[in-house]
Amino acid sequence: MQAFADLYRALDETNATREKVAAMEAYFRQAPPEDAAWAVHFLVGRRLKRLVPTAELRQWVLDATGMPAWLLEETYATVGDLAETLALLLDSELPPPSVAGHPLHHWVERRLLVLRELPAAERQRRVTQWWAELPTDGRFVLNKMLTGAFRVGVSRQLVVRALSGVSGLERATIAHRLMGRWQPDAAFFRGLLDPAAQGEDASRPYPFFLASPLDAVPEERLGAATDWLAEWKWDGIRGQLLRRAGDCYLWSRGEDLMEGRFPELEQAAQRLPDGVVLDGEILAWGGDRPLPFRQLQRRIGRQNPSVRLLREAPVIFQAYDLLELDGTDIRSRPLEQRREALGRLLRGTDDVLRLSPMLTAGSWKELARRRDAARALGTEGLMLKRLGSPYRVGRPRGDWWKWKLDPLTIDAVMLYAQPGHGRRSNLYTDYTFGVWNGELLVPVAKAYSGLDNAEIQELDRWIRANTVERFGPVRSVRAAQVFELAFEGIGESPRHKSGLALRFPRINRWRRDLAVGEADTLEQVRALLP
Amino acid sequence: MLVQLTSAGLYCAAGDFHVDPWRPVPRAVITHAHADHARSGMGVYYATHDGLPLLRQRLGRQAQLRGVSYDQPFRLRGARVSLHPAGHVLGSAQVRIEVNDEVWVVSGDYKRDPDSSCAPFQVVPCDTFITEATFALPIYRWPPMHEVARDMLHWWRRNADAGKASVLFCYSLGKAQRVLAELSALTSEPAYLHGAMVPLVDLYRRAGVSMLPTRAVSEAPRGTDFSRSLILAPPASAGSPWMRRFRHPATGFASGWMRIRGNRRRRGYDRGFVVSDHADWPSLLRTIRETGAQRVLATHGRTDVLVRYLREELGLAAAPLATPYGVEDGA
Ligand SMILES: [Zn+2]
Ligand SMILES: [Zn+2]
Repeated sequence: MQAFADLYRALDETNATREKVAAMEAYFRQAPPEDAAWAVHFLVGRRLKRLVPTAELRQWVLDATGMPAWLLEETYATVGDLAETLALLLDSELPPPSVAGHPLHHWVERRLLVLRELPAAERQRRVTQWWAELPTDGRFVLNKMLTGAFRVGVSRQLVVRALSGVSGLERATIAHRLMGRWQPDAAFFRGLLDPAAQGEDASRPYPFFLASPLDAVPEERLGAATDWLAEWKWDGIRGQLLRRAGDCYLWSRGEDLMEGRFPELEQAAQRLPDGVVLDGEILAWGGDRPLPFRQLQRRIGRQNPSVRLLREAPVIFQAYDLLELDGTDIRSRPLEQRREALGRLLRGTDDVLRLSPMLTAGSWKELARRRDAARALGTEGLMLKRLGSPYRVGRPRGDWWKWKLDPLTIDAVMLYAQPGHGRRSNLYTDYTFGVWNGELLVPVAKAYSGLDNAEIQELDRWIRANTVERFGPVRSVRAAQVFELAFEGIGESPRHKSGLALRFPRINRWRRDLAVGEADTLEQVRALLP
Repeated sequence: MLVQLTSAGLYCAAGDFHVDPWRPVPRAVITHAHADHARSGMGVYYATHDGLPLLRQRLGRQAQLRGVSYDQPFRLRGARVSLHPAGHVLGSAQVRIEVNDEVWVVSGDYKRDPDSSCAPFQVVPCDTFITEATFALPIYRWPPMHEVARDMLHWWRRNADAGKASVLFCYSLGKAQRVLAELSALTSEPAYLHGAMVPLVDLYRRAGVSMLPTRAVSEAPRGTDFSRSLILAPPASAGSPWMRRFRHPATGFASGWMRIRGNRRRRGYDRGFVVSDHADWPSLLRTIRETGAQRVLATHGRTDVLVRYLREELGLAAAPLATPYGVEDGA
């Protein structure tokens, strides 16, 4: 445990990629495989699900320290990270830590994972005891595991680099072996670094190839339009559909196995031949276009959806690439060959599995015209893929670009602010904005990104000086600041006060030049509905 | 009210003087030389003898300064006034004001942790205590300074082995000298100073504070290799062109704010060292208790939290005082 806490600290204390990789390599070289497996688990962002409700953790800290609840909440609002807040609050209230420690796998397997089955009083007794055993940094890491919010500040690619550095294996091999289902144990870790081919797991997806945003005019960056394949940029859930060994598996980009949630897709996949893997987008679909994203959201968390839900929010899989055919990895073949094989494969399947249509055009100008129609078709713009390119791993720039529409914008008034998390934890960085509905401002969007550091600091001071009311960590502020918000789409939503839901809203700029009276009205915003 | 808040600062009517005023007034009693407490434009300044050189450095030649000894009462009109060590920086003082058997103490900034660069805090019993509240949250607890100094030295040596300069950001008045004093117990290797710190370090040396030997970065010959050096610099120099000469330095920040990871990460420092010249949470509560004050007024920082805690948990009469202190201070 201490070795892992030290690794966490080392990663936290540098911004240099090289040093982060070196720290992980050093850890993996000395850690026993049964510990290293769990370290990989946490480093790539997997978590232990719901060991202890955070309300219980808070209460135990109150019991251990005797402080009033409001003081804990004030402190949390300042620190912005619950695991850290609790670790710091417990400091020096307790006798000095004992030195003997258990290894990481012991902590996870013997101590943490059994917590769920224990009665609350016993849970409290044990966790309080562990807090006393650990120094502050160890207690912090423990709390991170308990709350499940384990962000270490390294990307998956860096973990892959470190493991590749330790083993001498290709990064792509490591990345692939980290996909899908695995149990963090010694056998897994040995297999991960094993130079010999290992028994393949039929459920394992391939690492996704992700497109980079195109922030220039394509003529300037991409050469001739005829070297590119264009298709719509769908706004759904990126997924991989696997048909292997008589079974099918549907993975999301976030590496969730979406079993039982989209029965129509699983059914359709039964008709595919064995040994194929499709990359595509899951979309809620009605007639000839996607349904609003909120319809898809109704399906995401739902196991075994009802007949009614299946009828109201039917989904399709819009396939755009073929990664495996006849049980062979074909990712290195040129894009057009993969597309052609994909077309042959999907010919004759029903409407649920579709081929994402290709847009052919002789010039960028013509493609730009097609792109202008994207919003009307319920898409976000175009995807541009270089002909002849392989299916790569991660987000290397060059072969796949997303050429999105310019966002929609409105001018809205700041209504509420609350502290951010992580690096921005004691600044007010999360804002709620409203537009005019008659004499009143109704909230339409929450947004946090888009301001530079100096603006954030300035706004933070302004918020503190212009607070009207406080509700826990949230402050309502004087209606005085106008911001231009950008967003990708807009839809009706009965769940929101304004009746509207914006997609990916963020701050474009601070409109200091506008008075609050000049902000948009609800009517003006409604006019943007498709 | 023996001391009240006016637009110019904390005012004692019986003695007709202000404590740490922020607008020009005829008579100012100054707790210490930090910019938020010692401003220019006052008629006469009263401050401790220890603090005078620093005050002179801040206020310039023409300022009228009157030196006072610690613990030596003097009269200002109808008030009996005395200054007592606050343990914050060299010459820092609490102001004790007595009028008709009623005693108020204005703490200024203070700390209870040992600091070899200034006189230790003295508890002054009083009826009303005006306390600072910079770090009034229970997460603020300072580790022992000698342990932090060991961590600093270790960090410096590790960076040196990796061929990296160690740039430690810290406030120029108080923090820098305390760090140098503490490190001198562990090593005698010289450190480099940013130009802004040089005169202040000199004044501390003249006051007899023993510190690491220092050299000014500006006096190092062109092309000096800093890769094994420790450099102390004010936080404002972070990211400035001045930093380029150190190539790819490791950066650290010595401040009470470094108790929170997010503070360090947001500012992009590699390493945070928790060192503060202000009272941490246990020290605030302990000090308030030890003064025996029945009423507590809080300034400087998290006054909301401290006031509520004192009222609800300790049953003291407590209220916030809205002052502009703590804005450009060396926390
Ligand atoms: Zn100060
Ligand atoms: Zn101050």
